[in-house]
Amino acid sequence: MSAHILPKRVYYTIFAILMFCTYLTVQIAFFDLGALNTIAALGIACFKATIVILFFMHVKYSTRLTWAVVLGSIFWFGILIALTMSDYLTRVWRTFG
Amino acid sequence: MLPEAAHQHHVPGLAHHFDNLEQQAEATTLGMWVFLVTEVLFFGGLFMVYTVYRNWYPDAFAAASHSLDITLGTINTAVLITSSLTMALAVHAAQLGQRKLLMLFLVATMALGAVFLGIKSVEYYQKFVEHHVPGAGFNFEEPQYAVHAQIFFSLYFVMTGLHALHMIIGFGIMTFMLWWAWRGTITAEYYSPIEIAGLYWHFVDIVWIFLFPLLYLLGRHAH
Repeated sequence: MSAHILPKRVYYTIFAILMFCTYLTVQIAFFDLGALNTIAALGIACFKATIVILFFMHVKYSTRLTWAVVLGSIFWFGILIALTMSDYLTRVWRTFG
Repeated sequence: MLPEAAHQHHVPGLAHHFDNLEQQAEATTLGMWVFLVTEVLFFGGLFMVYTVYRNWYPDAFAAASHSLDITLGTINTAVLITSSLTMALAVHAAQLGQRKLLMLFLVATMALGAVFLGIKSVEYYQKFVEHHVPGAGFNFEEPQYAVHAQIFFSLYFVMTGLHALHMIIGFGIMTFMLWWAWRGTITAEYYSPIEIAGLYWHFVDIVWIFLFPLLYLLGRHAH
């Protein structure tokens, strides 16, 4: 198979970045940043997931069809969140609590 | 290799309906990703429910999240990321046809997976002791949040439970891979079973990458 064989140091580098991001996200969680807490936590999680997908899962070196399927999963999940929240977040008449 | 040639000289691991191993590997990778899309939406539904309830009851969710053990959660995150590294190195060893190294990394991946599940069961045990398991025996220290904290813990158990189930299935897959590596089925030419088993393992890691901040870190600064 003429596959793209990555040098081992790529995996070690990604591992180090993932560990650092985990440390970072835990540290940030102890500060009260208001809405920024959630944004930071999810931002770091998305970044971690992205480098896992690109390098550990080799998508960076995969065919365009694989790229389309991977992006498709994110797109459909986006539809799920966007359409559902466009309902729930606009129910102003609902009594909260 | 031409299709005729493939039939004449049987290539180990090559199914007859593919022209060559490269085409077969592309198809298996694509097929695995299509399965992972269904997994994204499977877990996606739960993340959706979480988002709605967290928006409705932010204070109860923060209080309930605060009762989780952040130390064990962080250790488990590190354990799972390390298992992803050993999995990536297992695929690397398979690509180079290093059979013993491949087996070593597969065993390491399974061992780290076992550590993760061990720590998770300690956490589950604590939840039972603290009466934080939803149901008749449920009790929360801050009574004003008790009803809605129960929703958080329901989601906690369903989401981490399904994640743990995926880990256990991953164990089964890795056992098969270990068996195939041991008997010499996996070679430098035919390693795509290890590759797609790796895709599964990394996907389970990604689910945890999102579960960890959403369950453990939310509202850590409050209270």
